[in-house]
Amino acid sequence: MSTTKKIAGVALVAALGVTTLSACGGDAKDKSAGASDAPKSKTITLVSHDSFNVTDAVLKEFEQQSGYTVKVLKSGDAGAALNQEILTKGSPRGDVFFGVDNTLLSRALDNGIFTPYEAKGLADVKPEFVLDKEHRVTPVDSGDICVNYDKAYFADKKLAPPQTLDDLIKPEYKNLLVTENAATSSPGLGFLLASVGKYGDDGWKDYWSKLKANGVEVVDGWEQAYNERFSGSAGGKKAKGDRPLVVSYASSPPVEVLYGEPQPAEAPTGVATGTCFRQTEFAGLLKGAKNEQGGKALLDFLISKKFQEDMPLQMFVNPVTKDAKLPELFTKHGVVIEKPETVAPEAIAKNRDQWVKAWSTLVVK
Amino acid sequence: MAVPLAFFGLFFAYPVAAIVGRGLKTEAGWQFGRIGEVLARPDIGEVLWFTTWQALASTALTLLIALPGAYVFARFEFPGKQLLRALVTVPFVLPTVVVGTAFLALVGRGGLLDEVWGIRLDTTVWAILLAHVFFNYAVVIRTVGGLWAQLDPRQEEAARVLGAGRFAAWRRVTLPALVPAVAAASLMVFLFTFSSFGVVQILGGPAYSTLEVEVYRQTAQLLDLPTAAVLTMVQFVAIGAILGVHSWTVRKRETALRLVDPARTAHRVRGWAQRSLLGGVLLTVALLIALPLGVLVERSLDAPGGYGFGFYRALQEVGAGGGTFLVPPLEAIWNSLQYALAATAIALVVGGLAAAALTRREGRFVRGFDALLMLPLGVSAVTVGFGFLITLDEPPLDLRTSWILVPLAQALVGVPFVVRTMLPVLRAVDGRLREAAAVLGASPLRAWREVDLPMVRRALLIAAGFAFAVSLGEFGATVFIARPDRPTLPVAVARLLGRAGEMNYGQAMALSTILMLVCAVSLLALERLRPDKTSGEF
Repeated sequence: MSTTKKIAGVALVAALGVTTLSACGGDAKDKSAGASDAPKSKTITLVSHDSFNVTDAVLKEFEQQSGYTVKVLKSGDAGAALNQEILTKGSPRGDVFFGVDNTLLSRALDNGIFTPYEAKGLADVKPEFVLDKEHRVTPVDSGDICVNYDKAYFADKKLAPPQTLDDLIKPEYKNLLVTENAATSSPGLGFLLASVGKYGDDGWKDYWSKLKANGVEVVDGWEQAYNERFSGSAGGKKAKGDRPLVVSYASSPPVEVLYGEPQPAEAPTGVATGTCFRQTEFAGLLKGAKNEQGGKALLDFLISKKFQEDMPLQMFVNPVTKDAKLPELFTKHGVVIEKPETVAPEAIAKNRDQWVKAWSTLVVK
Repeated sequence: MAVPLAFFGLFFAYPVAAIVGRGLKTEAGWQFGRIGEVLARPDIGEVLWFTTWQALASTALTLLIALPGAYVFARFEFPGKQLLRALVTVPFVLPTVVVGTAFLALVGRGGLLDEVWGIRLDTTVWAILLAHVFFNYAVVIRTVGGLWAQLDPRQEEAARVLGAGRFAAWRRVTLPALVPAVAAASLMVFLFTFSSFGVVQILGGPAYSTLEVEVYRQTAQLLDLPTAAVLTMVQFVAIGAILGVHSWTVRKRETALRLVDPARTAHRVRGWAQRSLLGGVLLTVALLIALPLGVLVERSLDAPGGYGFGFYRALQEVGAGGGTFLVPPLEAIWNSLQYALAATAIALVVGGLAAAALTRREGRFVRGFDALLMLPLGVSAVTVGFGFLITLDEPPLDLRTSWILVPLAQALVGVPFVVRTMLPVLRAVDGRLREAAAVLGASPLRAWREVDLPMVRRALLIAAGFAFAVSLGEFGATVFIARPDRPTLPVAVARLLGRAGEMNYGQAMALSTILMLVCAVSLLALERLRPDKTSGEF
């Protein structure tokens, strides 16, 4: 008995020793490869949220033309990524941050994490998107947060799908809608702001009380809402989702077509055009960036025609420049939202946090 | 003494103080008035109430379910006992993320119960409570059962001879001896459930949150640092109080009990009453512990197109989504092992030195130091992670992008386990042996090597195993500081769970299963090494 124990002990020590040695080897490699900025001026680090995507070829072309190498650091969802940047203000983890949207813009600007820079080609950007006159941030993309509906469900029930925010509180749509937590998810916050835009600072709580009485379900994030609870998406069908209405994006139906197996001729989901809030995403040069020149070059690239036209099929958002063309998938299956609800940036800056708190107390707790 | 103190000062006290300072300090100085403001808010009141309530309920439920088990493990001899003891301990070292995942597979949407009876408990309090019982069953079995096995049954027999009834004898002899152990176990369970993060994060949905989860939300999502700072302090005070009471019960437990060899107190099962008790306990273990683990394995093999290793194979590729991983999820295993080894080394050095310092001295100061070492168990890991981000950002300590950051944070949680394991053994080493060696001309180092090391080697290995398992499963702090291109296993599991779709869910289950196997194997190795005489804390 004691010999087996001894042998086991020796074996464990030996195993630990061996692995420690190999781990050290691995780490030594890591130090040389992972040194954050070995040749200081040649690497640009882009900090972003998890959804950032670009076609390899497009990025390679930029790297060849500019002589820089781009490293992308994705850190969580949009809110968490921005907050980490604010906490590490002054000694940032990268040079450029992409992914602050108009709902959180004031938080980024008030905390002063960006250095002003007027990107080359800003003249081509549609003026309604340029929200910061000091150019601390550069608009990169826009998209509409809207309620999506499952076409098959409403056809089955011989029921017209809802089109406006007012429709959602009607009894025929009871227990059909799933939305995201406004405190933790950007579409959730966008939908809350849509209601603020429509009913005003004093009317939105009343609307949400009615929505709650009408059986709205709240989940933590978009993934869960759209791919598990919503009955119209491919993922939701698999997960036996039973909610035919979900807060998502105007670009979601084209995505359903693109990833459909086999590709359907028509999108299985539709957009309720009277429920939308327009979201614009910005990028900015981080204060204290190790590679300012490179960061500026990268910002120029983000609003170049190449990147703007590549973006829709990579991140499912709309370009912000005047001359960028939409891919056929968008023009064929997407909808253009003529009149999204809007809230003045100043009002968002002033009231966002208390709106979210009031919403949480009213709807979630 | 100096090394552990420096370690704790630099990597624990300083980051935590910095993040609390960020929240409470403005241009105009400290804003202690904020504490009252925050605590008066109804939503915060709700969180405090829920945290306390669910911890109490979880503790009561765990005791109710685990005490019969402790008795059976202590007093009965049955085939497969050792294996079963290892099995019930597996959950304790499992990462909370995996526990959450396993319960999701059992009681969540489309989970086992949903398929069989259409019952869904996710986003209800029951799922959280059950997961907590699953998690802490072993704490009661080990702490209470370990002592119970060593109580001399003859004392109770003596009482019977003197005319006491069966129940009276138990109540007057055995119960008083057990009370401190039960109290210590309850406090431990309360401590773990009070600061629960992963379980509540995954099973709670938006409606339920504990202090720990709320600190995470306030910091990561809302950037409301003052609120987060106040909550951290509240948790700090609560944990400090729990630990204070705990160390008091431990001292009570060290009072003179006549302990005997557990092998002498256990007997074969006799009669139908004992048989049904044993059967009941085995059934409980099967339903509560084996079933969730089994479901996890089953789901991981339930690939599209029939059972097989489809999900495991998928772990070798970078996902088609492209958004989640810059590296194949399988690489997370390798990352985790490297981090855990480094963390174990750090925890052994710091914890070993701390334990050595504690054995050499006596008195109040030592007890304070002892409690200090336990604090990281209960302080919000999220706070530590964020504190690292804002404090360790200047040369010579710009560690934010360095790989060492993760093992450092994990070692913080490992150290208490190392101290707990080493302390009883070190205290048992007779100082005169060392003196004798010194008299015979050995240098202090040589004396230590020849005298102490052989005695503590086994405890050292057990401590290493615990530190290793704890590092593997650490989630709260790692989730913040692990670099996106080097995720650990629990972080990878959480990321996969955060993305929808069958493929991601399956891969999360597969990774969790791998993690569970790694933990189980290291635990079985420990079980073989366990010293016979010490009743361990854990």
